[in-house]
Amino acid sequence: MIWDWEAFFHYIHSPYLLTGAGVSLALSIGAMLIGLVLGGCAAMMRMSEQRWVRLPASGYVWLFRGTPVLVQLIIIYTGLPQLGLQLGVVASALIGLGVNEGAYLAEIIRSGISAVPKGQFEAARAIGMTWPKTMRIVVLPQAMRIIIPPLGNAFNGLMKTSSLASVISMEELLRRTELLVQVQFKVLEIFIVSALYYLFLTTVWGLIQSRLEAYASRSVAPAANVPVPADAT
Amino acid sequence: MPPESSAIVEARGVHKHFGATHVLKGVDLAVSKGEVVVIIGPSGGGKSTFLRTLNFLDRPDSGEIWVNGAAMGAPEAGSGRAKLSDAGLSRQRRQIGMVFQQFNLFSHMTALENVMSGPIHVLKTDKAAALADAKRLLALVGLADKEASYPGQLSGGQQQRVAIARALAMHPSVMLFDEPTSSLDPEMVAEVLQVMLDLSQRGMTMVIVTHEIQFARKAANRILFMENGRIIEEGRPQDLVDSPRNERTKQFLNMVAEGS
Ligand SMILES: Nc1ncnc2c1ncn2[C@@H]1O[C@H](COP(=O)(O)OP(=O)(O)O)[C@@H](O)[C@H]1O
Ligand SMILES: [Mg+2]
Repeated sequence: MIWDWEAFFHYIHSPYLLTGAGVSLALSIGAMLIGLVLGGCAAMMRMSEQRWVRLPASGYVWLFRGTPVLVQLIIIYTGLPQLGLQLGVVASALIGLGVNEGAYLAEIIRSGISAVPKGQFEAARAIGMTWPKTMRIVVLPQAMRIIIPPLGNAFNGLMKTSSLASVISMEELLRRTELLVQVQFKVLEIFIVSALYYLFLTTVWGLIQSRLEAYASRSVAPAANVPVPADAT
Repeated sequence: MPPESSAIVEARGVHKHFGATHVLKGVDLAVSKGEVVVIIGPSGGGKSTFLRTLNFLDRPDSGEIWVNGAAMGAPEAGSGRAKLSDAGLSRQRRQIGMVFQQFNLFSHMTALENVMSGPIHVLKTDKAAALADAKRLLALVGLADKEASYPGQLSGGQQQRVAIARALAMHPSVMLFDEPTSSLDPEMVAEVLQVMLDLSQRGMTMVIVTHEIQFARKAANRILFMENGRIIEEGRPQDLVDSPRNERTKQFLNMVAEGS
């Protein structure tokens, strides 16, 4: 027998794998949130006028983009205890994926903010907005249009990258798939089910992402060369 | 020490460098209430930089700027800081409206939202009052029917008039204009100059950088000629425009006259 449909339909309803998919999703969301906070801070710091503020942020981005996330995960989970820093599986996975993601998001956020014309900052400053207000009211809403598409792609990537946490025995979808295969031997059927779960997650996210993109662009006027009727108000 | 004059804005000995370039070489200017000062001069002479030091968008390297009797950027007494805080500087900037060559309207806000942005987010004016004032100002610049338009839907001249309304919404005690008509198509220049002329007649204190000599002649109380980071000549409009004493001023006015 080459392909066992019965097994396939059995595993596609398996609460064991389904829970694994839930854990993958939760892990991705958690890591994304950590990444957004770290990436946002690093992006702001890298735009500072002070060298000593820029440097640590640049170092962070350089370090975590320059080494494989798999190596980072293993160092955090199995290496740090040697220095007396013992993190649990879940904490290691969240921190490892989140800190790594932050380095990438920092670049995305920074390029979004630098795409906002300098005149927008100056006009905000000139009417007396403080720096935080300038960012919140003028710059970030405009940067969002640019940031959201790559941010969405980053989250799509993260849901797949989260499977790397299986190597530190985090019981997410891939780890549970492997465990199941070891006792049930339906290798292809189980892995296909697992792949379909990932596909489902990324597809649903794709739909949400296009909504978000539409929302962020809601206030974008038609391009300047689009004629406006004289009586438009 | 505060200035003894009744100046709204006073610059004393302002110097500014960008890297090795010495852009402002000791500029002095006192503008009294209701006065319209026009600054002319060749490009690269430091006119924009000087305007930007007046509201501390560019911080002078030395010299002082006094606005309504307070030194711009001076740290709060007893704060122990070397510089004024961001919040303190932002508070000082509210008194100074600025209009840019490139308009710089907030592109994600409608004309009305642009005009209301300062009162709502900076002055914390209540929404109804800010709305009424913004509508009044848009009507003042002749754009009552464009309040729901985004900057991308407006012509250059219309955008610049919204930008003027946005600055006025802060009820500043002085307005700075940096070549407000230089990036406009010729047919839109007049509508913006007209708004500025109206403002001057209503007693607004203004400092204007422009190449529109005929406008300067009509609107200005005083014209300054600035070159190479210094004010080289100043005088009443008819004197400076019709019989400039300085050779450089003469050459510049001839050049501008040929260009137009
Ligand atoms: N942010 C800046 N960085 C470096 N150089 C500058 C900057 N702003 C202005 N400059 C230089 O200062 C000089 C004066 O510029 P500017 O004030 O714009 O003159 P103007 O408005 O009279 O044309 C120019 O040589 C310009 O290149
Ligand atoms: Mg200039």
